[in-house]
Amino acid sequence: MSEQTIAPAAPPSHSASAAARKSWLSLDNRYIAPIFITCILVAGHLSFGMLESYQKTALAIVASIAADLVLGRVFFGKWPNVASAYITGISVGILLRSPAFWPYVLCSVISITSKYVLRVKGRHIWNPSNFGISAMLFLAPETVATLSIQWGNYLLPMMVIWALGSVIIWRLRRFHITGIYVVAFIAFAFLRSSITGSPWQSEIAPLTGPMYQLFIFFMITDPKTTVRSKKGQCIVVFLVAFAEFLLRLHQVVYAPFYALFMVGPAAMLVEMWMDSRRTPTTSMGAGVAASA
Amino acid sequence: MKQNRTARIIVSILFVGMLATPLVIKWDAARRGGGKTKLDARTALARHGFYFQEVSRAAGVNFVHQAPTLDPQLAPIMPQVASMGASVSIVDFDRDGWPDIYVTNSGEGSKNALYRNMHDGTFKDVAQEMGIADVNRLGTGVSMGAVWGDYDNDGYEDLLLIKWGRPELYHNDAGNGFTRVTEQAGLPPWVNANTALWFDYDGDGRLDLFIGGYYSEDVDLWHLKTTQIMPDSFEYAKNGGRKYLFHNLGNGKFEEVSARVGINSRRWALASVAADLRGSGHPDLFIANDYGVSELYFNDGKRFHDVSTQTGVGFSPKSGMNAAFGDILNDGRYAVYVSNISEDGVLIQGNNLWMPKDGAAGNGLQFENLARDLGVELGGWSFGAQFGDLNNDGTLDLYLTNGYVSLDRDRSYWYDFSKIAGGNSIIIIDAKNWPAMDGRSLSGYQQKRVWLNDGAGKFINVAQAAGVTDTYDGRAVALVDLWNRGVLDAVVANQRGPLLIYKNTVTPENKWIEFALEGTASNRSAIGAQLTVYWNGQQQRQEVSGGSGFAAQNDRRLHFGLGKDPRMEKAVIRWPSGKTQIIENPTVNQILKIKEPA
Repeated sequence: MSEQTIAPAAPPSHSASAAARKSWLSLDNRYIAPIFITCILVAGHLSFGMLESYQKTALAIVASIAADLVLGRVFFGKWPNVASAYITGISVGILLRSPAFWPYVLCSVISITSKYVLRVKGRHIWNPSNFGISAMLFLAPETVATLSIQWGNYLLPMMVIWALGSVIIWRLRRFHITGIYVVAFIAFAFLRSSITGSPWQSEIAPLTGPMYQLFIFFMITDPKTTVRSKKGQCIVVFLVAFAEFLLRLHQVVYAPFYALFMVGPAAMLVEMWMDSRRTPTTSMGAGVAASA
Repeated sequence: MKQNRTARIIVSILFVGMLATPLVIKWDAARRGGGKTKLDARTALARHGFYFQEVSRAAGVNFVHQAPTLDPQLAPIMPQVASMGASVSIVDFDRDGWPDIYVTNSGEGSKNALYRNMHDGTFKDVAQEMGIADVNRLGTGVSMGAVWGDYDNDGYEDLLLIKWGRPELYHNDAGNGFTRVTEQAGLPPWVNANTALWFDYDGDGRLDLFIGGYYSEDVDLWHLKTTQIMPDSFEYAKNGGRKYLFHNLGNGKFEEVSARVGINSRRWALASVAADLRGSGHPDLFIANDYGVSELYFNDGKRFHDVSTQTGVGFSPKSGMNAAFGDILNDGRYAVYVSNISEDGVLIQGNNLWMPKDGAAGNGLQFENLARDLGVELGGWSFGAQFGDLNNDGTLDLYLTNGYVSLDRDRSYWYDFSKIAGGNSIIIIDAKNWPAMDGRSLSGYQQKRVWLNDGAGKFINVAQAAGVTDTYDGRAVALVDLWNRGVLDAVVANQRGPLLIYKNTVTPENKWIEFALEGTASNRSAIGAQLTVYWNGQQQRQEVSGGSGFAAQNDRRLHFGLGKDPRMEKAVIRWPSGKTQIIENPTVNQILKIKEPA
């Protein structure tokens, strides 16, 4: 899922008190997403028992962090900040559903390893947890599924997460990605409804579930695996929604994961190609630094 | 740089290996998977110690279940709403010593059947002449299940019929017919029930009655005032039917006491079973709920205490559709088997086998789910399941039936089902928001599971090998020694399908013993009597049940397989009255009829 590690924007000139307040509020952005997702996990579990077991989620987190530490040390000679690995692990722990323990370990390690192995010009092109979960769903459908019906299907928890998530994503200056995806999803939902004859409520229904909340706040907004320009991000996320629309017409249960799996890396490659045409000698170094 | 490249190559190879891991595991599981191939009878007998033959037609049973046709507003999703009602319960209604079979039908105007055992391998439907066939008349609802218990202790088992509609109580008139006594008993006018059981919760020697609602009792499924009748959550729904506990007053009347004794749930109950889990002398109550967690109530004889969370069974919400107890480790403790849903690539809930934790007993009893460890986790869209020693080897095996809606083999409803299931309550609660099924299947045509207990903590599926090859939409399973041969046969009720009778043949090397108990101070059905057989330095405990599994009731006689050359020690009966009776060194290969001593 997301590796929200955007550097804070350059501070505008404000009064000292305002600066102090902003400083306090400006918790290092890389920790906002982990804290938020942890809050979701804890609140969800305490209120609805959303985790099948603590052990499985803990296992996913530990496996993810351990893999990142080892591979970061091996590949770059230094210990990486584990915030993104923590998000990957906790995302796997929440989104993956399996009665067995091994899928949690395997999915976490595949996710993290993909970050180091599947690189183009020094940048990893798949969102790690999207890659790991998609791979597990495709390769081990008899053993794993994803979170689909948690949070009690109730309105209040959904509204709280939507509100908090929106604020946080807005602070991270990526709300436009989430916003466009949601608008596009709803539009495509009505289009699907008119094509298939299914009630429009059923086409909208997935968006109101917790899996999508995690998907749109953490996965599609991942800075490391989205293109850099705001316009490009808008186009790409629209294409993700469109690909999902096509997959849903073919009744693919895990359409959003597969749509991002296909569109995300393609967009990254296009951006790299365009970058290479503009500044063919400088893109690699920047990419390596960002990915480390 | 070179070191980095080497590391990258190694990690890349490992990465490919990791991606291949699920495929290797799948291949290995397929390689190990037993029971996938049908064996001839001799091979099955030699390899597994038993085999089944489906003999319903030869036995004169041609029953085919019909599903109801509910309010037209539900037409788009009718196959999944009208997806229950096939049930089977075993009773010796005429006290001739041969088990009979009662099966329910659910089409409006359809007839239930009471198959009298003719002692010659055949059965004859006598429901019509006995007055318990025409029970699904329009306006009264349709049958969902039946349980038998001698509520007035006259020696003949009476019939409690649950419906999506008016529950009915029929008094057994000495095996010559049945008299409807619903109003006199004080049963409510309408309950959308899918589970019920007889048990003497307060130990007064009279059978009480539990009924668990599924849809709210306000809903008449044939005349909907609103389409907002579906669960308000797929995991935490609490808008289901209420629960009823009818205390037997002893004069043919019952008093509803659920709230007074501490049962206030509105979860969507599908199965219930009662047994004394703590050695307290009082039956505790376990309820498996659809769209939510299971519930366990400790019973102190006067009140029920919800201990679902503290015991661990009320934690992870699934789709509970079955509840059955079994002493699967031969240690005198009951495991609880709850069936759920597993569909490759969509939803892997896994069934639950709640095993009592070591060292936790009495009021500190706790359970842990060991279904995966013991190999009984994945059973498709699972429904009814029962424990019983199918090959008489001395350990309890597990028979599971499954399959939800079998329509078009090539088109699945799962995509649409998962779409709506992930939605918010305001969407999913309304049936009109659900996509039409359009003839598609939903976990249809599934292979059944017959899990053999190896006695060492593992169950192996031998269904195909043992001859259980049907793929109907199975609902209820009842285990019974139909022809008094010392083996457990299986009777399976299928939704919109035939009633199947799997006749069992067991290797004669394995011995057995059966007990037919009759209470005197205790309720005459002896429901709640606990019997422990000691042999070869081991023990196995079973309890007479007034309802078990999903929409089912096994034979009240208790069957114990003993394996080869058993050295019998004793059988200990703890009657519901509290009396203990010891039978020293009982002879094997016989049905022992035992009356509670005065």
